[in-house]
Amino acid sequence: MPAVIEMKGIGKSFPGIRANDNINLTVEQGEIHVLLGENGAGKSTLMNILYGLYQPDEGEIFIKGKPIRINNPNIAISHGIGMVHQHFMLVQPFTVAENIILGQEPRKGMTLDLEKAIKDVEEISKKYELKVEPRAVVQDISVGMQQRVEILKTLYRGAEILILDEPTAVLTPQEIEELGVILKSLVNQGKSIILITHKLKEVMSMSDKVTIVRRGKVIDTLNTKDTNIDELAEKMVGRKVNLTVEKSDAKVSAPILEVKGLKVLDNRRLEAVKGVDLKVHGGEILGIAGVDGNGQNELIQAITGLARTESGEILLDGKDITNLPPKDVIESGVGHIPEDRHKRGLVLDYSLAENSILGNHHAKRFRQGIGLSYQKIREYSKKLIKEYDVRTPNEKVLAKSLSGGNQQKLIVAREIDRDPSLCIAAQPTRGLDVGAIEFVHKKLVELRDQGKAVLLVSLELDEVMALSDRIAVMYDGRIVGILDAKDATEKKLGIMMAGGNAQDAK
Amino acid sequence: MESRINEYKEDLKKILKEIAYPLVAILISFVAGGILVYSFGKDPIVAYTALIKGSLGDWNKFGETLVTVTPLILTGLSIAFGFRCGLFNIGAEGQFTIGSIAAVWAGWAFAGLPAILHITLTLLTGALAGGLWASIVGWLKAKVGSHEVINGIMMNYIAMYMSNFIVMTYLNEPGKAFSVAIADTAKLWRFSQAFDQFKHSRLHTGIIISLIVAIAAYYILNKTVRGYEIRAVGFNPHAAEYGGISVKKNIILAMAISGFFAGLAGAIMAIGVQYRVNFLLGFTGYGLDGIAVSLVGNNHPIGVILSALLFGILQKGGPQMQIQGIPKEVVGIIQGVIILFVAANFVRVITDQIKQKRELKKSTVKGEVE
Repeated sequence: MPAVIEMKGIGKSFPGIRANDNINLTVEQGEIHVLLGENGAGKSTLMNILYGLYQPDEGEIFIKGKPIRINNPNIAISHGIGMVHQHFMLVQPFTVAENIILGQEPRKGMTLDLEKAIKDVEEISKKYELKVEPRAVVQDISVGMQQRVEILKTLYRGAEILILDEPTAVLTPQEIEELGVILKSLVNQGKSIILITHKLKEVMSMSDKVTIVRRGKVIDTLNTKDTNIDELAEKMVGRKVNLTVEKSDAKVSAPILEVKGLKVLDNRRLEAVKGVDLKVHGGEILGIAGVDGNGQNELIQAITGLARTESGEILLDGKDITNLPPKDVIESGVGHIPEDRHKRGLVLDYSLAENSILGNHHAKRFRQGIGLSYQKIREYSKKLIKEYDVRTPNEKVLAKSLSGGNQQKLIVAREIDRDPSLCIAAQPTRGLDVGAIEFVHKKLVELRDQGKAVLLVSLELDEVMALSDRIAVMYDGRIVGILDAKDATEKKLGIMMAGGNAQDAK
Repeated sequence: MESRINEYKEDLKKILKEIAYPLVAILISFVAGGILVYSFGKDPIVAYTALIKGSLGDWNKFGETLVTVTPLILTGLSIAFGFRCGLFNIGAEGQFTIGSIAAVWAGWAFAGLPAILHITLTLLTGALAGGLWASIVGWLKAKVGSHEVINGIMMNYIAMYMSNFIVMTYLNEPGKAFSVAIADTAKLWRFSQAFDQFKHSRLHTGIIISLIVAIAAYYILNKTVRGYEIRAVGFNPHAAEYGGISVKKNIILAMAISGFFAGLAGAIMAIGVQYRVNFLLGFTGYGLDGIAVSLVGNNHPIGVILSALLFGILQKGGPQMQIQGIPKEVVGIIQGVIILFVAANFVRVITDQIKQKRELKKSTVKGEVE
């Protein structure tokens, strides 16, 4: 029997980059096949070609042995290919059933047959053992549920081959486990699955086969049971990698940041932080673990002055900084590596030089008379670029022309060079390759060893566990517990991240 | 020292590069206009010769062109400054009007002051009035979030009718549909007073003021902390806020400075050319033309000077073309085509596409990765 999918010699170029270079990929019926690679390796490009969003420059695609030209997603769908994107494509105010039938609505005369839609959804949900509540509104259900809806959506369209793009990025450890079960059961019913990921653990636990992509080329295809994490990491990055963070014991001093009874509203005016008490000491890294959207953002924004504090107190070195404007917070000694480097961290249309003084631009040392001295700014920027190994032709290029890793290095350089007494690092390694991750981690540990306080917020549990000295778990706007990093296990944290308390976790 | 010279050299290079795209767009527009003229059965060479002769043919014509260019530079700067903060100051028209009437009041009310003082006071009154007028819009945007375009347009009407009201009441020249004249001490010095070449033109020192203001605008935007903050807010307000830059404060300030320039334009027209304000039947157009000037000048102060010159030539040379039997609408069409080409960033889009294709070919031929 021919393979369900065979991609032969796929090549795709974008200006200045060869995203896919002679890629061969074979997916057999009924297997879970992982496409493993770093960000920018070309995995998503390949899958977008398979789904008809891009046209390949070279190569052929065979579905069940027949050569097919996939010019647009409709052709892909008609051949049984379904894709679940990393960012869900759901209509938030619609119900589950409405979302699933969207685009292929059952009709009764001129009108939508909602009753049949609900019946259909119930049927398909039963068939694949994917429990959902068809009448629930999507914005009210959990992220894990939303993902099920996305999967059901593709199944409703008759998908035989499912592509899942980074499906675990938004899930708790328990939800990831559940997803594993779902995928196994789908495969048992004859579906084939392609999983895009850069997380090694999931490859090992979920897949049958793994194809490693690096810089647009296939490095190897292995049976999962014949390999191990270290081998995969090495193949993915191209060199031996140190997956653990090396750090000595924390020398903890007095608290630098104290948060008392903090309440913050989100932009919908709903309470997002519901009374948080927190202390971060000098010389320690306090990690906040939690699923996205449990108030971590609002907590950071309140500390940095970007959001208003409704009630409660924020003290830095004993000084009240509650509701100070961001400028004063920065000047009191807070460094902030923001979660979204494009939205917050950089002015993309500014040069690196201009970006390297953002937040420090009032400093006397960049002045000359009544104006700014661009010469001094450029010299400062050159220094940062050199010390933090930012790969760039020079300091005059626009920030948007740099890769994500180098952009992040510049932000890290700026925020650490400011010599803050508290450094807030929100998702500091999101979207970075392994090399850059190592670098950022090293810098944060250095800062801690200098006796500074580091507040780390990350959705990557591995990162929190590797870096932190203490771990606070945030759920529904509250800190549900604080563990010593030595006592923390993935399971314990997972239970707490889902709202269970520390006692349950033990 | 050498590094400073290099710095200026590079600034210049950057400026030239930024100007190149609109320049090519203008050339193409002129070719398009030529084809149009030809299709009317007229000779494009004759038409364009008339255009140049009518606007730059002799010193007097050149002087008159500069008289038109002066307010266009300033309103163009006004719009450009706003754009750099992400604001579309369509209210420049109203700020121009307010600047005019305020300047006429100051020019009339403070008669007896020494000329240099009186002129300075008059210009400042006009400019500040324009700045104040604009900052209302800025304040509304910052505090309530209402859009500056809607409020700007409304404020244009309010300015026009308010000016008319004042012209017909407090500052009325009895029995006339215009205001009282300003005192002689408030009038800008004219080139015709010293140079015979400019005898028949109204060219006044306003052109020099406007050039100085353009350089000042460039300096403020690109070399000061204020400019750094304003541009940061324009490019990315979220990042600006994160960097401790008050978005609201800078929106109000940028609007005020923008209005200052437009108000100054109005003041200069009042005390350099008209010496009074007329009852307005419609908008003066200087503020609105500023939008086109700024757009073609790539929202860059130096670009604005050049593009104001272009629009001045088109406006002053147009009538000469008409004498040659070419409908004056052609000038309007050329202006429109220029704006269309520049606004669509047509040249840049095309060159980028060509560049992309070439790069793609190169990388494919080499078969290299990255």
